[in-house]
Amino acid sequence: MTHAAATVDQMRPPYPAERGLDVYNTKLGMWVFLASEVMFFAALIGTYIILRFGAPGEWAKPGIVLNIKITAFNTFLLICSSVSMVKAYAAIQDGDPKKMRFWLLLTILGGATFVGIQVYEYIHLIEHGFVPSGVREGSELAELVAKGQLPAATMGLYGSTFFTMTGFHGFHVTCGVISMTYLYLTKALPGKYTKQSYGGIETVGLYWHFVDLVWIILFTIVYLI
Amino acid sequence: MTTVAATAHPAPAHHDDRSFIRKYVFSTDHKIIGIQFLFVSLFFLLVGGLLAMQMRWQLGFPGKPMPGGGVLPETMAPGGVILPEYYIQLVTMHGTFMVFFAIMPLLVGVYANFLIPLKIGTHDMAFPRINMWSFWSFFAAGLVMLASLFVPDGAARAGWTMYAPLSARHDLSGASFGQEMWSVSIILVGLSSILGSLNYITTIINNRAPGMTWFRLPLSVWSLFITAILGLLALPVLSGAAIMLLFDQIIGTHFFDPAAGGQALLWQHLFWFFGHPEVYILILPAMGMVSDIIANGSRKPIFGYHSMVFAIVAIAFLGWIVWGHHMFMSGMNPTLGSSFMVSTLVIAVPSAVKTFNWMGTMWRGNLRFTVPMLNAVAFVAMFVIGGLSGIFMAATPVDMFIHDTYFIVAHLHYVLFGGSLFALFAAIPYWYPKMFGRLMHEGWGKVHFWLTFIFYNLVFFPMHILGMAGHMRRIYDPTQYAFLQPYQPMNEFISISAFLLFATQIIFFVNFWWSLKRGKPSGLNPWQDNGLEWTLPSPAPHGNWERVPTVYRGPYEFSSPQVPEDYLPQTRRLPSDREPAAASAARH
Amino acid sequence: MHWWLPLKGSTFAGEVDGLFLAITIITGIAFVLVEVGLIWFVVKYRQRPGRKAFYTHGSTRAEVIWTAIPAVTMVALGLISNHYWVRIKGRNSVPPNAYPIAIHAKQFEWQVTYPGPDGKLGTSDDFTVRNQLHVPVGRPIVVRLTSEDVIHSFFVPVFRVKQDAVPGMDINAWFQATVPGTYELGCAELCGLGHYRMRAQVFVQSQEDYDAWTKQAAQEASS
Ligand code: HEM
Ligand SMILES: [Cu+2]
Ligand SMILES: [Cu+2]
Repeated sequence: MTHAAATVDQMRPPYPAERGLDVYNTKLGMWVFLASEVMFFAALIGTYIILRFGAPGEWAKPGIVLNIKITAFNTFLLICSSVSMVKAYAAIQDGDPKKMRFWLLLTILGGATFVGIQVYEYIHLIEHGFVPSGVREGSELAELVAKGQLPAATMGLYGSTFFTMTGFHGFHVTCGVISMTYLYLTKALPGKYTKQSYGGIETVGLYWHFVDLVWIILFTIVYLI
Repeated sequence: MTTVAATAHPAPAHHDDRSFIRKYVFSTDHKIIGIQFLFVSLFFLLVGGLLAMQMRWQLGFPGKPMPGGGVLPETMAPGGVILPEYYIQLVTMHGTFMVFFAIMPLLVGVYANFLIPLKIGTHDMAFPRINMWSFWSFFAAGLVMLASLFVPDGAARAGWTMYAPLSARHDLSGASFGQEMWSVSIILVGLSSILGSLNYITTIINNRAPGMTWFRLPLSVWSLFITAILGLLALPVLSGAAIMLLFDQIIGTHFFDPAAGGQALLWQHLFWFFGHPEVYILILPAMGMVSDIIANGSRKPIFGYHSMVFAIVAIAFLGWIVWGHHMFMSGMNPTLGSSFMVSTLVIAVPSAVKTFNWMGTMWRGNLRFTVPMLNAVAFVAMFVIGGLSGIFMAATPVDMFIHDTYFIVAHLHYVLFGGSLFALFAAIPYWYPKMFGRLMHEGWGKVHFWLTFIFYNLVFFPMHILGMAGHMRRIYDPTQYAFLQPYQPMNEFISISAFLLFATQIIFFVNFWWSLKRGKPSGLNPWQDNGLEWTLPSPAPHGNWERVPTVYRGPYEFSSPQVPEDYLPQTRRLPSDREPAAASAARH
Repeated sequence: MHWWLPLKGSTFAGEVDGLFLAITIITGIAFVLVEVGLIWFVVKYRQRPGRKAFYTHGSTRAEVIWTAIPAVTMVALGLISNHYWVRIKGRNSVPPNAYPIAIHAKQFEWQVTYPGPDGKLGTSDDFTVRNQLHVPVGRPIVVRLTSEDVIHSFFVPVFRVKQDAVPGMDINAWFQATVPGTYELGCAELCGLGHYRMRAQVFVQSQEDYDAWTKQAAQEASS
């Protein structure tokens, strides 16, 4: 074995290795990372469930506090961006970098718009008096609470969980948009992705679908029920 | 004897022309990162120890001015007399530093980084840059935690377990900024651990050398692998909880504030859901490394390799369903308590299996009492005590009495000091040669071992008795209680032993520093071990192997009848060995 | 100073101490087995020149044995412990005739509310005393624990009773004192800088003494 293998192993993969999962490192790394993300969101969502079921009295009414229509549109947008991500991936698998760039750009735009709308939503909510600690005194919502249309006892919990969960989701979307933009500028534009090599697209795609999935869960439990 | 061989070994072919900063500061080399973790966390170990000494002074000699305490500001110890508000900061910071900044990084940060690529035969981690970030976020976390001791109102004050609402509301704890810094620091620790774990897991799955099949991995690598999985899944829960705690502290959310509908027990569930896997993060790597060292020191294959692996896996699975044993008295549903009791008792079984297998390994061996071996055997002897005292606490009716007493303190120190730290006192001198090319001084190592072993037991064994008397933990002045006054001589005895124990550690630190420059050059394989790392020069070069080695057997082939020597390296090819598929595939 | 457990002051104490002793015996056997074994191996198999260790990878039979024995012991221990646990802390364990006392924990004191002559809490003859717990001997007592601010823990070592008092929760703990005398109640959960001095006296009295004290204390409280 002294000289035969010398050309194969150059301190850089692929060098001969025992068979692992037959998944390249970055992709495997992303799967592993997403496992930890699952636990992170499980902690936040679990907290929400526990607080909601143990709440002193009736839970806040999302329909009154939030603007569900605009967020429903936002959800649709995020789902679309997942679809365009799949398209980008399919395009590069077919060896069509131009089409891939188009779909990737569309995904980035979708993600960025989502974040933009979320920021708008936050500003709007805070103006109306919905804040992480509950309801701001002297605001529009405070009046509704005073009239008994919203439960005073649980608004604080709703604010805490709503802003924490959606905020951290928004942070994840932002990270996704930044990474995709980075890959777009440094890899996709210079034409480094080819039919043979598209690991970055696949890996960031995994992340993107995960973020999308988390949003669908959050939208359902925070906005709808 | 092997020094000559070291020079005869071919130098790494590629030229290492990285700048000093890239080489030693923002290094992506797994070995340098491991060594960075080693220096920083040894420093934090010292900090944690100093905090403990102050606590022991107060407990042994309540209300008396502490020698040297005059340097502390009025807000901590006016005239050298420790204040209650400073005492609870000491309690909190001692636990926090020891768990998050000493034992955990010493075991995982140092040895997962240093050992995994060397032992599985690869050039570096799968993601070296992420690995570097893992170190730097740990470093930042440590700085924040350290700085919190010096801010106005002092450090966090709610114990390392940070029970809410005491931790969540400044008006209840009296701390302010320090409490928030604790949360920030813990979030960073979580990030560091997640980045590290994701690296270890990917590397072990994908980058093993040809022939290094799963069941040829050393137990140290197995346990680090399982530890990484625990860290990957447990730390995000802690980070999530710490984020919510931080929000309660600074932006007025109400997660843990019952006054506004939040739930106090929610924190405990989140914390211990992380916390119990965490205690296994703090012991599994120790068990793994001790297994390697005991097999080497006994010159015998590990007894029951497969059941050792299954025991690790079993502990990791069961570790997720026992967290409630920290909450038996919390007002949690007692029926839940019953199921947590049973799962906790069951988790003692794999620990027992491991203990018996270590004994089986020593049985009919040819035991060499090097410093690593002495400490490894002491690990077994001490871990047993901690494991057995765990059974008392797992039995809920007994826990009703001993929960939150010194019995718990005794238990956790038998597993963490007697267990994890003794394992580190074995591992540090054992792999020191591969890090620095020299051996630590053997004679002083033995002096340190014996004194530590004696004083350690004098400090912590009597704590069982205190616990059985009902001595509560985390109390500033036990003499407040009439029923504890008769135990004051014992507290005094423990304190004096603790000072001696601390003084003994100076020997270790001096030996460590002295040997860096003056230690005996070690050569390639000073312990005559079979692992891949011992085929490399000491210290191991950047990139480790020019060409990854090929593995022909498991790591514990000591005293094999196939060869005249009493060890048989994993890379040595005997005429009867076949080439592994991966190696031959690469050649064609 | 005792080297073993303190005075048995309640009906639980015998059960808890008995279980403690049983576990001490079981773990003691394991402890001696392991430590003596280790010392024996260390002496007997220490390195001698020219000797080679016995080459073996294990023995399935031995491993099955030393897995099965601890497993069976642990499950048995769990079942026995659970029997006592259900009687002490189970949801329905509080005896129906238990005498109620409310304890409100607060940084850093115990506010003990007694039911007064009518034996019922929540009536106008209730009265509250700080840091003094008086209980009649030989009668089941149910303590209704609440907390004002942070988590505290109600702990009377001689009764072997411990129960956290959690803000936002209402927790019942019961016990029955068996030996008249004066004891101490401590806080077992870190609750702030005054945790160490969050202490109360416990007076276990005969029913007559207790009634007499109640009458007097109720008067003092109302005046
Ligand atoms: C043999 C298996 C073990 C059993 C049955 C066991 C059982 C327990 C139980 C029931 C408690 C809670 C006691 C109470 O607060 O009332 C506890 C506490 C603790 N255990 Fe273990 N344990 C075991 C092994 C370990 C190991 C291996 C470690 C760490 C390396 C460990 C570290 C701790 C720590 C740090 C605490 C105290 C946490 C705190 O409240 O600050 N234990 N153990
Ligand atoms: Cu635990
Ligand atoms: Cu307290």
